[in-house]
Amino acid sequence: MEPKVITLTVNGRKHQVALPPNITLLRALREYLHYTDVKNGCEKGDCGACTVILNGKAVNSCLVLAWQADGGEILTVSGLGTTSNPHPIQEAFADTGAAQCGFCTPGMVLAAKALLDENPHPTEEEIREAISGNLCRCTGYGPIVEAIQIAAERLAEGGQK
Amino acid sequence: MLPEFDLVMPRSLNEALQVLAAGSPEVLPIAGGTNLTVDMRSGRYEPKVVVDIEKLPELKGIRRENGQICVGGGVTIAELLKDGLVAETAPVLKSACALFANPLIRNRATVGGNLVDGSPAADTAPSLLALDAEIELTSQDGKRRLPLDEFFIHVRKTARQPNELVTALRWALPKPGTGSAFYKLGLRKADAISVVSVAVVLEAEKGVCRKARIALGSVAPRPVRAKNAEEFLTGKLLKKEVFEEAAALTAQAVSPISDVRASAEYRRRMSAVLTRRMLEQAAEQTGWKE
Repeated sequence: MEPKVITLTVNGRKHQVALPPNITLLRALREYLHYTDVKNGCEKGDCGACTVILNGKAVNSCLVLAWQADGGEILTVSGLGTTSNPHPIQEAFADTGAAQCGFCTPGMVLAAKALLDENPHPTEEEIREAISGNLCRCTGYGPIVEAIQIAAERLAEGGQK
Repeated sequence: MLPEFDLVMPRSLNEALQVLAAGSPEVLPIAGGTNLTVDMRSGRYEPKVVVDIEKLPELKGIRRENGQICVGGGVTIAELLKDGLVAETAPVLKSACALFANPLIRNRATVGGNLVDGSPAADTAPSLLALDAEIELTSQDGKRRLPLDEFFIHVRKTARQPNELVTALRWALPKPGTGSAFYKLGLRKADAISVVSVAVVLEAEKGVCRKARIALGSVAPRPVRAKNAEEFLTGKLLKKEVFEEAAALTAQAVSPISDVRASAEYRRRMSAVLTRRMLEQAAEQTGWKE
């Protein structure tokens, strides 16, 4: 159980942090590096609240051991945009009321980002499939699906990123 | 919180096998961690040492090899799902991967991990059984290959020894006149644990079945083949009455339990219904019309 110094690049910022081996990427991000925009929901890969984009792929950070992400690039929702300068996906979520309690929102937005990076013009079915690992208990998903559709349109029209 | 363990990060397969060589059940490999991280948190497994095999290059890659397709044990479900060679030679596996958990899990979960977990509901198992896949297990003492059908023993029990890793899966290129179909019955459309899953591969010549493989998940203590139905189909003309008989035989080959998702009786009935439907679909693909 000796700690090891690992390097995580989060939202473009490089961190070196000493971690014991039994720390998940989720805990490393939240408790050691204070990226509390990554949410801790079920801690067993069911809810998707802890979704981050690790080396280009959306993953459940609660299932990744932090050492496995050593040297990796991580995007969390706070790296996507800010309140004053939101990403088109974040803007669309606000526009359609896709966030109610907001707990699933960081993961949901990142799942949408991973989808649109790979498939800029998804069908509704593809959107629903892409967010099937992210649970929302408030919205009934309708406004979320709509937000992702709107975001896709805006991005196609030349919204930044 | 995860329990305490030491984490070894080998850079090659040989290094990983050295760590596993003592053959202790307290040393466990981890790849995507979609099962093991959860199982360590719940206390199901309490390894003293965990060996990270996620990035080992020897476990990666999907390639053609001597008339077979060879897939590394560390290939993720997302990689299988996107691979052209898999789509072309094993659509029955691609279909299973498309319904495997959800996109987040598919980015991490590996095919080797899905099989060694020993779950009767392992989503890739019925398709790989129906493809007559061979599994390659490697230890410091060497490699051995066995039919996947001999790999599964019981719930969470497989033929893998503690000093071995699943290094590859192989199956033959499909012969002309091959058809296949897969269905996963879950309680919702995505991110479901199967209630019953069925994979069928048929080889036919002028409408006569030359070889049949029927494999099912979540209806026995391990993923199973309906060998009685496979034998019955061999040499028969592919037609409705024959499919019905094969489906009835399949219902006899399964031994489901009742759980939170479905009753044993429902699973048995659906085993027959889905097998009949998958046989019809697969038969159509062989190019034969009744």
